[in-house]
Amino acid sequence: MASLLRAWLVGIPRYLWSGWGAIASLLLMVALWEALAAHYGPLVLPDPLATAHTLEQLGTRGGALWPALAVTSRRAFVGLALAVLAGSVLGVAAGVSMTASMMSRPWVTVLLGTPPIAWLVLAMLWFGTGDGTPVFTVFIACFPVVFAGGLQGARTLEQHWRDLARVFALPWHMRGADIYLPHVLSYLFPVWIVALGSAWKVVVMAELLSSDDGVGAALAASRAQLDMAAALAWIGAVVLVLLALEYLLLEPVKRELERWRDAQGARAEAA
Amino acid sequence: MTTAAAAALRVSQLEHAYGPRTVLEGVELQLSAGRTLALVGPSGSGKSTLLHLCAGLLTVRRGRIDNGFARTAMLFQQPHLLPWKTALANVALGLKARAMPRAQRESAARTMGHAMGLDDVALAQFPAQLSGGMQSRVALARALVLEPDLLLLDEPFSALDIGLKGQMHRLLLAEQARRPLAVLMITHDVMEAVTLADSVLVMAGTPAGVRWRLDLSLPAAERSDEWIYRQTARLLAQPVVRAAFDLPAPPAARADATRALAPLPPDAGQTVVPEPADGARERC
Repeated sequence: MASLLRAWLVGIPRYLWSGWGAIASLLLMVALWEALAAHYGPLVLPDPLATAHTLEQLGTRGGALWPALAVTSRRAFVGLALAVLAGSVLGVAAGVSMTASMMSRPWVTVLLGTPPIAWLVLAMLWFGTGDGTPVFTVFIACFPVVFAGGLQGARTLEQHWRDLARVFALPWHMRGADIYLPHVLSYLFPVWIVALGSAWKVVVMAELLSSDDGVGAALAASRAQLDMAAALAWIGAVVLVLLALEYLLLEPVKRELERWRDAQGARAEAA
Repeated sequence: MTTAAAAALRVSQLEHAYGPRTVLEGVELQLSAGRTLALVGPSGSGKSTLLHLCAGLLTVRRGRIDNGFARTAMLFQQPHLLPWKTALANVALGLKARAMPRAQRESAARTMGHAMGLDDVALAQFPAQLSGGMQSRVALARALVLEPDLLLLDEPFSALDIGLKGQMHRLLLAEQARRPLAVLMITHDVMEAVTLADSVLVMAGTPAGVRWRLDLSLPAAERSDEWIYRQTARLLAQPVVRAAFDLPAPPAARADATRALAPLPPDAGQTVVPEPADGARERC
């Protein structure tokens, strides 16, 4: 764990440097936005600078941004944590048993096929306007994805790993830590990241329709006031948080954890 | 060997079935310390099943397998290295299972890795970064670092080219020269069996049994290519062996072909083999 943390810290500058290409591409998108804004006028599409200015105002004076972000992230992370926990444990457990995996597969298909907005309607009736509605919606949107990943990981644990464990007389804790866990994690980690992305999107949607506070509620308010700059600023905040999470936290951790998978990447790192 | 050595692997009257399909019947063999026994046969002749039974990966239902060796290691058909561990950690896997401290097991693994021709750079890499030949070396090191008395080989070199295969054979023979290591190998490559083994058993039939036995008295380290070709040709000239591999009708059998070879009656797995030149005599 300590070495993981160190690798993460040491890797950040090089990693950021490698992001110049991505930043250039994003700036191109901002330029396009600027062009469209100039064409349609600020009532339809405020330009990026005005949006940034509004975002800055939200972030500093009055401080509506940070409390809203805190509320929203609390809801997203509670729902996500529940989904990751329950989905991983139940998914792996279901994958271990042939019967359970055959039985649960159609359930996953049904859950995945049901749009989150449908769950949201139910949740609004069940939980009202508190935290319950967004948390439940996030949970139910993320759970099947994580569950399917865990199921897949446990099902694909090949016979030869079991044989290997047997021939080398690996004790139970080594079977878990050295064989089963890394294998299952290599399936779970990507779905956790997918779940994180959808949690963040679903929570804003849920709040927009059901809550009095949080980023979604703020978006609803700016829509009601026809305040385009504020709406774009809130959207920008949501996207920026997601990008920061994904590229500053998850991607480096994933690279470190899965160095074995990408031989080319590891070679470049060694050089 | 009739005079039982201290440690040995004895298989008697072994039978195995997958559901209603009997794949092995009446298998008898004995392997004593330091000897090499090769089981050859076409695909599906039950030789892999026999090896998995010996390794304890399948449960013996009929007959007996007595493994008197203290430490058994196995090489699988593919290297089966854990992809998320470096080559060094893979070599040390079995030592870790014995709860050896990290520094000690890593130094033992490094020494064995070097003996297998893996340098420190290769040992620090992940399996995906290594070539097929290097991966086989890691797998061999992982088995040999346990200092086994009995090594089970499940056609581990069959995917390697002829040069790499030769290298692996030399590494194995070097280890056998260093200390008494019994090897039970299965292969469909008759020449590989003749290269390494003291005794070659040909398996065939449904259900499969041992159909032919060839004892080779010349030590494996002294075998020349020419000698190996000749012995292989002789073995393949036997009608029973040709039938086992489904080869077309035998060429005219040479008069001397039977001298070092003795047939096994197809219905019995046990016979005494005529004594070869230097008196290596075994029951099978």
